[in-house]
Order: sequence, then C-alpha cells, then structure tokens
Amino acid sequence: MNNFEIYIAIFIMVLVNYFTRAFPFLFFNKKQLPSYLIFIAKYFPAIIMSILIIYTLKDVDFRTEFYGLKEIVSILFTAILHLVFKNYLISIFLGTISYMVLVQYF
Amino acid sequence: MKYKKELAVAFKVSIPIMMGYMVLGFAFGLLLVSFEYPWYLAPLMSLFIYAGALQFMAINFFNAKAGFIDIAIASWFINIRQSFYGLSLLKRFEETGKVKPYLIFGLTDETYALLTTIKDDETINKKWYYFYLTAFNQFYWFLGSTLGALIGLNIKFDTSGLEFSLTALFVVLCIEQYKSLKNIIPFIVGFFCSLMALIFVSSDKMLLVSIFCSLIVIFLLKKRVEK
Repeated sequence: MNNFEIYIAIFIMVLVNYFTRAFPFLFFNKKQLPSYLIFIAKYFPAIIMSILIIYTLKDVDFRTEFYGLKEIVSILFTAILHLVFKNYLISIFLGTISYMVLVQYF
Repeated sequence: MKYKKELAVAFKVSIPIMMGYMVLGFAFGLLLVSFEYPWYLAPLMSLFIYAGALQFMAINFFNAKAGFIDIAIASWFINIRQSFYGLSLLKRFEETGKVKPYLIFGLTDETYALLTTIKDDETINKKWYYFYLTAFNQFYWFLGSTLGALIGLNIKFDTSGLEFSLTALFVVLCIEQYKSLKNIIPFIVGFFCSLMALIFVSSDKMLLVSIFCSLIVIFLLKKRVEK
C-alpha cells in the first residue's frame, strides 16, 4: 500500500473498531439479545482465532524445503509454553524467539 | 488535585496490565518498522485504533494490499468478541456522562476484565476511576508501541521471523478460548474452513471466505455445538 491507502485503511479500522465496541450500547440498551447473536458471541471468537492462526501462515510454502516444519514446531512450542507457564508474555516472547532462531540459522 | 484518590486507585489496579501492554506494544512497533513503514504510524494507530490483534493484523493488510471492504469486514470479525463486552457494562456506564464515549472506545480485553472483576469501592467516584483506568492502559500500549517503533528504527538487527509474534498471539488466544469454552467443534470448524480456503481460493480472499464459510458451517451444526 502507498501512504495514502495506509491512512484510509487506518481510518476504516478506527471506525470499525469503535463501532465494534459501541455495538451493544447502540443497539441493545437493556433489551434482550436475539438468540443467534448469543450463539455468535459464544462460539465465533474461537472460530476466528483458529482462522487467524492459519491466516498468518498463508504465505508459508508447504511444498518446498522444510515444508512448514519451522512454523509447526514453533506453534507447538508456543502452545506447550502456554500450557505449562500460563503466562502469555512468556509464550509469545519465547515462541517468537524460537521461530526467529529457526528462520535465521537454519 | 480533584479526584486524586481515583487516580491512585486506578494506577494501582492497572499495574498488572502495564507489563503486558508495554511488551506487546513494543513488539508491534518493532514489527511495523521492520517492514519499513513510518515509525509514527505506531503512536497514531495506538492512539486512534487501540486494539492489539487488529493493529498487528493491520500490518498484514498493508503488506497484502488488502481491499478496503475486506479490511472493514475482517476488522469487525477479528474484534467481534468485544461487541459483546459492553452488554455487561450497560448499567455501569450509565452515569459516566461525557467520558462514556472514551470508556467505550477503550474497552479492550484487559480493560474489560479489570472493569468487570475488580469490586467497586463505594467511596470513590466511578466515572473518573473508570476513566483513569482506561487511560492508563491506553497509555501503556501507546508508550510501548512508540518505543518499539523508535528503537526498531535506530537499532538494526535481523528481525526476520519477528512476524511470528502474531501467530504466537493467536495461538495463545486460541488456547485461552478453549479453556473457557471447553468445546472443540468451533475450533475444528475454523481450522477446516480456513485450510479449505487456503487451498481453494487466492490468498487475498482467504480471510473473508474462511469467515463466511465458518459462519455457515457453525449455524448448520448449531444443534450439535450446543449439546
């Protein structure tokens, strides 16, 4: 993107993000939520997190050298760290370092 | 100074967030300048967007030259969980007057968690306490990301692989979601649909296709999921 497009993109994200947070205050003042929204609210965050993991890997080439092994190893490492230490800073920090080492030295 | 007590209490309560926002913000700033985007986008975005996962994703959007409609839809879905935070705060925010728009703006995961779990102290003024708490948290995020961008600009080291911090962030959020949901189906739906989209559609359409496919699939499976 060029600079101008970046500013438009940021502006869109500012608006959408604010709308996202203001949503219940705008539409559901004390009223009961429709059941399909409760359903989305409960299950969609899990779906989107799963999608985003795959999305961040979309440019990885699984057909040539290493076959995405560096990514898979680092993801497993991050997950294990998180299950063991239950501290998201440790998991993200060490997970990223492990990936950087794999990418830069192998 | 008026409301000094509110300021002090809000600061104390915000301390656990300080470390997290500074470090994660720092990583965001570092990643942003590693792709040679101007450093001042970091403070600009932290001031006006103020959303962790979305700001990281924004870097992907810039790189991928994503379409504006795609950005709008994807942004909403990325932060959709925050669309439901306000529900439990409708009453609490009722008497916050002119700071209410800012409190709503600042409803990140962590701020929401603090606002809903910390017991209200009856002796302090809620309105200013909420305001200071939200402002402290945003300040940590703002400071962290600005420092990350400036330091990344001036200290040159090999940042290749740093983009994995976004993947790691989502892995962590995924695990946290599973802990509270204890239901594997939505994760399978998400992974399955995004893998299919990755294989069958071009990578710039992949995110939106995954989102819509999963929406359809999860509603088809509604009865099973809720069992």
